Amino acid sequence: MCSISVSQVSFGWSISVNLVWREMLENEANPYLSKTTRLPRKRFYRARAHSNPLSDSHFPVPVAPSQVDYSLHYPQLFPSSDQDDGSQKIKFADIGCGFGGLLISLSTLFPETLMIGMELRDKVTEYVKERILALRVANPGQYQNISVARTNSMKYIPNYFEKGQLSKMFFLFPDPHFKEKNHRRRVISMHLLDEYAYALEVGGIIYTITDVEELGEWMKACLEDHPMFEALTEEDLEADPVAKLLGSATEEGQKVARNGGQTFQTVYRRIMPNI
Amino acid sequence: MDETTMEEGDHSRDTEVAPALVAVHPTQRSVAVAVGSDLRVFDLQGGCSVSLVDDSGGRPHNDSIRAICYGAKGKLFVSAGDDKLVKIWNTDPWSCIYTVSSEKRVSAVAISNDALFVCFADKFGVVWAVDLDGFHENQVLVNKKAVPILAHYCSIITSLEFSPDGQFIVSADRDFKIRVTMFPKKPLDGAHEIQSFCLGLYPALPLSAFQIIPQGFLVSGSGDSTVRLWDITSGSLLDTCEVGAEAGLLQSNGGEEECYPAVTDLCATPDGSLVAVAIQSLSGIMLLSCNLSAKTLSIVKVVTIMEEAFIPTSLGISSAAELLWIVTDSVGYDPIVLEDNEVPGGVQLLEKLQGSVSIQKEVFLAAAETVKSAMRSLLIKKQYSVEKREFRKKGRNDRKIKQ
Repeated sequence: MCSISVSQVSFGWSISVNLVWREMLENEANPYLSKTTRLPRKRFYRARAHSNPLSDSHFPVPVAPSQVDYSLHYPQLFPSSDQDDGSQKIKFADIGCGFGGLLISLSTLFPETLMIGMELRDKVTEYVKERILALRVANPGQYQNISVARTNSMKYIPNYFEKGQLSKMFFLFPDPHFKEKNHRRRVISMHLLDEYAYALEVGGIIYTITDVEELGEWMKACLEDHPMFEALTEEDLEADPVAKLLGSATEEGQKVARNGGQTFQTVYRRIMPNI
Repeated sequence: MDETTMEEGDHSRDTEVAPALVAVHPTQRSVAVAVGSDLRVFDLQGGCSVSLVDDSGGRPHNDSIRAICYGAKGKLFVSAGDDKLVKIWNTDPWSCIYTVSSEKRVSAVAISNDALFVCFADKFGVVWAVDLDGFHENQVLVNKKAVPILAHYCSIITSLEFSPDGQFIVSADRDFKIRVTMFPKKPLDGAHEIQSFCLGLYPALPLSAFQIIPQGFLVSGSGDSTVRLWDITSGSLLDTCEVGAEAGLLQSNGGEEECYPAVTDLCATPDGSLVAVAIQSLSGIMLLSCNLSAKTLSIVKVVTIMEEAFIPTSLGISSAAELLWIVTDSVGYDPIVLEDNEVPGGVQLLEKLQGSVSIQKEVFLAAAETVKSAMRSLLIKKQYSVEKREFRKKGRNDRKIKQ
C-alpha cells in the first residue's frame, strides 16, 4: 500500500517514484505487478469514472510552454533540462488519455514523435506513468517518446503548447455530461475549440470518438460549425493509419467493442479561416 | 466548526463592496463615477451634474456596478454589474438607449472602436457581443440579443478591452490568463481566432488590470505588486517592474500590510508613454514611464497624497491626457484630480475638484478598511486549507462511512 501512496503525492517523473518502482521491480512478490508481464495491474488503481473539470485545481501547472520540463517527461531523449534546445516539441496530445492505451499504440507507430497524454484523475495518471516506466524497462529503447501529465486540459492547454505546435489531438470517449446544465463541462465545445485550433498547426487533425450517440452528434455539430475546422474526406480517413486505432487501441474502445456497442467517430482538420 | 464557517460566510458577504469606479470622457467632456449601484455623471463643460434619463424601459441598476466605460469616440457609455443589466447610454444628451439582460453577473464591459458593438463578460467567463446597428440612425433599439463570441473556461473575466486599432479584443481572467483574440468583421459569428496568450503570471496573484497601449503593447498590474509589459502579438513578456518594492519603502512605518500589496488599477496615457498605477496601501499613485522602443518600464515618480485612508480603487485618463482622475472609496474626496503636464518627472499639481460629484463628506475609516478587504477578495481566488477542504467535503455521499 505504501508504494502507491508515495507515488500519489509526487508529480512528474520524480526520483522517489523511480526508486520505489525499481524496488518493486526487484521484488518478485510485488502484488501490484502482473507476474507475467510485470506491468502495473489496473485493478490496484481503482479510480472514479469522472472528475469535475470545473473545480479549482491544486496541482502545479507550467507557467508557459517554454517552462515544460521535457527532461522529466522524456529522460532518455532529453538527458538534462539544459540540453533542451527547443528543437523537438510535443506533437501529439491525447486529451483525457485514461489508461493510456492509445499512447502506447502510437508510440511504436510514430517512434520519432513526442506525445503526451493529459488526464485529470490523479490515480489514473499514476497508473499510466507506472505503465510507461514498466514498458520502458521491458523494451529498452522503446516507449521513450510518450509521457503523461496530470492536468485540466480544459484550462491549461495554452500553458503546455505554443501556438500551432501540435499536429494531432485526440479526444477519445470523453465524458458525455448528459444534463444540459452540465454541457459546459464537455471537453468539445465551440469555445474550447478556439483553444484547440490555437494549439493545432494548420493541417493538424483533431480525432474524436464516442459510444454515446448524443455526444457524437454534439461534437460533430461543434466541429462543423467552427470556421477553423473542416471534415476529412473518406479517402483521407482510409489513408490515415491513426483513424483505425481510435476504436481499437483504448481501453474504453475495447470495452465498447466487447459489449458490441456502436461508436461515432468525427475527424476534422484545422484550416485557415476565411475572414 | 459550523459556527466559524457561518461567520466567515457572513463576513464575506459584508465585505462584498464594489470598489468605486471612474471613467473619463475621451475628450474630457464629462466624468462618470460608479459607487455601489449609483451612477453619477458630471458634465465638465457645463460644470454641473447630469441627471440620467432612462427611456429604455429597463430597470435601473439595483446592485453593485462592476464595470463602466466610454466608447473611443465618447458617444456611448456602458455600465453593468451584479444586477445582470448592461445599460448602454447615449452621452449627448445623456440617456439610456438600451438595456441588455445578461444571464449571469457582469464583470467587464468594452465598446468596439467603431461603436458598432458592445461587449460584456460575465462571471462564467463568457464574452458576449451586442450589435448596435441601427442606433446611429437614432432609432430605439429593439430586440437586440447578446450573442456569446468567446469564452475563458469557466473563469471570471476581470477585464476586457479593444486594441486601439480595433484588430484585437483582449480579455483577462482570474486564472492568470490574458487572451488576445482577433476581433472579426462579423463578431456575431464568434471570435474564434486566438492571436496569443500572455502567460507567465502564474503562480503569482492574478492580474487586476491591464491596458493596451499603441504599437501592440499591453501593460498589466497584478496581485504580486508588479507591473508587466507585454507584446500582444506574440504574447511574450517584455519587462516586469516591481512597483511593490517602491511602495514598500514608503510604507516602512505601516507594517500591517502583507509584503505584496496588490496593484488595484492602472491607466496609461493614450500614447502609452506614462502609466499611472494605484497600489493597495500606497497613499497616492505611482507614475511609470514606459519606453516603447527599449521595451522597458521604469518608475518615474511617486505622487503622495496626504489623506487619511486614501485608497485609490480606479483610475481614468482622457485622451487629452492632461488630467488623471482617481477615485477613492468612502473617503469623501472623490474624485481627486491630478494635473500632470505629461513630462515624465514633471511637476504634479494636486487639486481637489470641488463639489463635482455629490458624495457625502464624512470620512468612514471603517468603510475604507472594508473596501480594502473587498478589493483583496476580488483579486484573489479563494484559498482553502486542507482541513477546510476536507471539512467542506463532509456531506458528500461517497465520504460517508458505510455501516
